[in-house]
Amino acid sequence: MKVKSPKDFWAGLMFIAFGLFFVIGARNYRMGSAARMGPAYFPTMLGGLIAVIGGIVFFRSLVVKGGKVPAIPLRLLSIITLSMIVFGYLLKPIGLVLALVFLVVVSAFAGQEFKIKEVLLLSSVLVILSVLIFVKGLGLPFPLWPGFLD
Amino acid sequence: MNLQFLHNLSLGFGVAFQWLNLFYCLMGVLLGTLIGVLPGIGPIATIAMLLPVTFSLSPTAALIMLAGIYYGAQYGGSTTSILVNIPGETSSVVTCLDGYQMARQGRAGPALATAAIGSFFAGCVSTVVVAMFAPPLAEVALKFGPSEYFSLMVFGLVGAIVLAHGSLLKAIAMVLLGLLLGVVGTDANSGVQRFSYGIMELADGIGFIGVAMGLFGIAEIVASLEPKEARDVFTSKVGRLMPSREDFRRMWKPILRGTAIGSAIGILPGGGAVLASFGAYALEKKTSKYGHEFGKGAIEGVAAPESANNAAAQTSFIPMLTLGIPSNVVMALMIGAMMIQGIAPGPQVMTEMPKLFWGLIASMWIGNAMLLVLNLPLIGMWVRLLTMPYRLLYPSILVFMAIGVYSLSNSPFDVLLMALFGILGVIFVKLECEPAPLVLGFILGPMMEENLRRALMISRGDPMILFTKPISAFFLFAAIILLGIILAPKIRRKREEVFVED
Repeated sequence: MKVKSPKDFWAGLMFIAFGLFFVIGARNYRMGSAARMGPAYFPTMLGGLIAVIGGIVFFRSLVVKGGKVPAIPLRLLSIITLSMIVFGYLLKPIGLVLALVFLVVVSAFAGQEFKIKEVLLLSSVLVILSVLIFVKGLGLPFPLWPGFLD
Repeated sequence: MNLQFLHNLSLGFGVAFQWLNLFYCLMGVLLGTLIGVLPGIGPIATIAMLLPVTFSLSPTAALIMLAGIYYGAQYGGSTTSILVNIPGETSSVVTCLDGYQMARQGRAGPALATAAIGSFFAGCVSTVVVAMFAPPLAEVALKFGPSEYFSLMVFGLVGAIVLAHGSLLKAIAMVLLGLLLGVVGTDANSGVQRFSYGIMELADGIGFIGVAMGLFGIAEIVASLEPKEARDVFTSKVGRLMPSREDFRRMWKPILRGTAIGSAIGILPGGGAVLASFGAYALEKKTSKYGHEFGKGAIEGVAAPESANNAAAQTSFIPMLTLGIPSNVVMALMIGAMMIQGIAPGPQVMTEMPKLFWGLIASMWIGNAMLLVLNLPLIGMWVRLLTMPYRLLYPSILVFMAIGVYSLSNSPFDVLLMALFGILGVIFVKLECEPAPLVLGFILGPMMEENLRRALMISRGDPMILFTKPISAFFLFAAIILLGIILAPKIRRKREEVFVED
């Protein structure tokens, strides 16, 4: 067995996995009948279908030539997503101001250049703008500072 | 054209000309252009990012502002295409071809003005098209039962599949995946929590905004941060804006044709700005007597696609407003926004909320006029934005995205969701699986399930009901024919060619 189209190979596997996830997951719910569709009916049908299509894509990838999968920019992607997730979980405990500084400084590492002065300036501008627009302007209920300071 | 039509329009303009609505229209158009100008951020990401800003507004103001953001972003995108040769969005890909060449020849000003004039003209015409076609369509749709709706959605999704780039099979799988993700959460019928595995935040389903922002916003930012060749910005050479007499003579016919094509394509399911601009460009290139100049800075190559994409952007509101069915991702976002505002999208919107409906339509015209008046003088400012280094831009975008998503339910969960879908989005791009069909499926998932359930309940489980009801059968056959056409080898090759041009 030789993979001729890595892109389709992985895409096929991904679809099969998603399909199976929904088909197997739906077994916890009632199936019902076509006339009285239970909560499992629709997901089982679609999950089965997507797994079948995934299977076709998978087997085609062994026969038909196709493109290689370009490298996934792991470093970039993890910096961006993690900085946002951590921002989300920091917002309530440490307040908007510090959480924003964290988000801007950490996410700035994903760029090709990192100049600390520039980044700090950018974060202060963004903090001021966000506080004015979102907290003062739109009235979003965010704490500005850590709880012990208020 | 009758009295009712005029009455509707005057009602609409009455609403749209209220000071507050004018203000939100202006804000939408300005913010949309501002963000749309930034390279690599298209209307989808722009709307997703700014959606939370509209939550606190009244439904009418919110939709007016979002519509403004949409065509503002579209307009901003063409500016980027012309000046930087990086399309801000897929629908201005073809504008790059000739627009950028014009800029290189020192004719950036006329190119920008042509785009603006074409867009404005198309916007005026298509606003009237929307006002004329929406009411009869809504009336027909009011008579639709569950089978008709189900089949219509199948047709719409097939349209989305056909117009996706690349492999058909993968596009079908993406639609199905979207439908499946759409059913996560509490089942409306039985009250059972599906696929939420005890995660409380998933009880109401996966948040649509998080999905869209992740798949489009984060994925776009990551793509823009990957190392690429440097780009030239024509900042100092915008030159004089006014097109010459000769330019005007050459542009008016392409503008008319572009508007016509765009208005027609925008209504189709899965249609919209992208296909419209490709179609209009291809037609001009074939028919124009300046065909040989295309790709070297022909003004027709800017006028036609820019008119077409604006017309299509506008008329794609028709299926959204009258049927509650999104024909593209932007309209899916609009539907998401309506749901958040507590409005169930569908044909009843027009009869139950005429002010919202007609106000929105009238505001489209006003927004287009604002774009024409404001943007040409402001072009210098937009150009300066283009020179802002990306390393300063993307953290700012992340900040707006993070705050916006967080504010959806005031919890970090949606941020987490957005990040996860961002990762998925990057993987999808690398595996050449287009995310747009997924998003459409996601919005339609619960509606499709509900309508199928009802249809089958009426027929006692016999799926043939979908084929015995004439309207429903029509949609299904249309869907099958559409798929058949696309699978035909000749068309298939053509389809690949069309998409290769970008």
